[in-house]
Amino acid sequence: MNAPLLSVEGLRLAFGGVVAIDGLTFAVGEAEIVSVIGPNGAGKTSAFNCVTGFYRPTAGSVRLRGRDITGLRPSAVAALGVARTFQNLRLFGEMSVLDNVRAGTHLRIRQNVLDALLHTPRYRRSERESTEQAHHWLDFAGLRGDRYGPARALPYGEQRRVEIARALARRPDLLLLDEPAAGLNHTEKAEMLDLIRRIREQGVAIVLIEHDMGLVMDVSQRVVVLNFGREIADGPPDEVRRDPQVVEAYLGRDADEAEIEQARASVAGGRDGGA
Amino acid sequence: MTGPGGGAPPAEATSEAAPAPGGGRRGAGPRSIASRLMENRWAGLAGLAVALLAPFVNASPYALSVMTSAAIFVMLAAGLNIVVGYCGLLDLGYIAFFAVGAYTSGVLSTRLGLPLVATLPAVLVVTVIAGLVIGAPTLRLRSDYLAIVTLGFGEIIRVTATNLDVTGGPSGIYGIPGLTEGPVSFYYLTVLVVAVAVIGAARLGRSRLGRAWRFVREDEDAAEAMGVHTYKVKMAAYVVGAIWGGLAGVLFAAHLSAVSPGSFTFLQSALVLMAVVLGGMGSIRGVVVGAVIVSLLPELLRDLADYRYVAFGVLLIIVMLVRPQGLWPARPKEVAK
Repeated sequence: MNAPLLSVEGLRLAFGGVVAIDGLTFAVGEAEIVSVIGPNGAGKTSAFNCVTGFYRPTAGSVRLRGRDITGLRPSAVAALGVARTFQNLRLFGEMSVLDNVRAGTHLRIRQNVLDALLHTPRYRRSERESTEQAHHWLDFAGLRGDRYGPARALPYGEQRRVEIARALARRPDLLLLDEPAAGLNHTEKAEMLDLIRRIREQGVAIVLIEHDMGLVMDVSQRVVVLNFGREIADGPPDEVRRDPQVVEAYLGRDADEAEIEQARASVAGGRDGGA
Repeated sequence: MTGPGGGAPPAEATSEAAPAPGGGRRGAGPRSIASRLMENRWAGLAGLAVALLAPFVNASPYALSVMTSAAIFVMLAAGLNIVVGYCGLLDLGYIAFFAVGAYTSGVLSTRLGLPLVATLPAVLVVTVIAGLVIGAPTLRLRSDYLAIVTLGFGEIIRVTATNLDVTGGPSGIYGIPGLTEGPVSFYYLTVLVVAVAVIGAARLGRSRLGRAWRFVREDEDAAEAMGVHTYKVKMAAYVVGAIWGGLAGVLFAAHLSAVSPGSFTFLQSALVLMAVVLGGMGSIRGVVVGAVIVSLLPELLRDLADYRYVAFGVLLIIVMLVRPQGLWPARPKEVAK
């Protein structure tokens, strides 16, 4: 019996009377890229927060390799091999870029308070390892800017790379990226696409929230579509793109045929990059 | 007044001794770091030398007493800096731990006739317990609420000490034995202990735990997402801060040979916090400088008689207007390879 890496079943999240997620079910296999798309307010980020422990779902379960992780605190979920980025960049702004990425190594380096007070060989070794790993993941993420200065001093695109490097330094099996390409220019988007592919080559499964349909269709093995907290489609990009419900969710019920055609064309256009 | 004046840089000195070893080795490559290490070492050693030589300039009982108090105050500020500066937890009742340390050693030494050194294990245990008891419920709160609740705990400790028999009520405990023979040797012992405490705080601040403290300060959610158990990490900051405060309390009890509730008012908590903010939150060097200024300036302004606290307040306001980040703020810049 092989449990999928991540399986979300019947996830429901309500804040009082407002239902943010209403019965979300999907699974992610090892080293698979699954995108979660949907209009603004569809519940995508809420779903991320339920998976990573920031929200406690009202009902349903989240399993990691068959193990129930519903309701664990975020740090416990992270310790089991799940890393994430945030929609609106959450770096440790006043700390150096290296320190930011060292956060990812927090659970891996072995040193206690006495090591730190006495500067034992173990302290030096663990600090060196942490620094080496931080450099490695910054290289991997392709950071060009200053690593020793404060993270807030970097340009926006570079900060995105730092956030991903930080998540990778956690050495996760599952990485959740919340709109990694938002606010990036054309070149940066292409580089982000490349980075996401390279991450997957490392054997990391990725769940991606993204509005850029070109990127989504290009990189995903499967696409899950949410609308008003409800799951309206789940399948390979080709299939989802043709789903009438999906087109309707993006354009509204009264869209005339021409608009639908246009939407299809634009969605299909994103495929040009070809996987 | 040369005494107190000479006392100022010394305590500051010990601070620099601290970041040097921690900061230097942590970066990476040996070369450019060595230069920085040297630079810091020199400043630290120079400062420490001034601290050690100060009694040769002025060893009057008054000067020694003021300098000793300043050194103890530096230790308090270094402890509070862990809680407020590194971890970003606004604690308005920090003096409670100072009180717990002072009273524990005072009560045990006078009632049981123990030498002060023998009370240290008990002081450690009691301050850690105090840290856990105060921290456990309060650290679940965020910012403003935390500040208010810690302020309340600070008052609870003081009021409890005022009303218990074992703590001597409002008049407190007196006749606490000293740690050394004379005031000069006690001054040197204090400088030594405080130097070690400051270096220790700096080293912790640069370790895995210290980084976790700053992750929590910068963004609690992002820290959690990276696997940092933020509650435990905040608790660790609180307990380490409590230990620093408690040990400073033992020095205080030995220094004055008496403790009373009047020494542990909210004003004292506010003054320690002022030292941290004035120097630069999270910057161990800055905090030591801030502590020396806050403890010595009122003494230097003594000639102004009743107006000295007015002058003190005005000076502080000016500093905060001109340099809101503190006199010697922490720099996020790391040493490059």
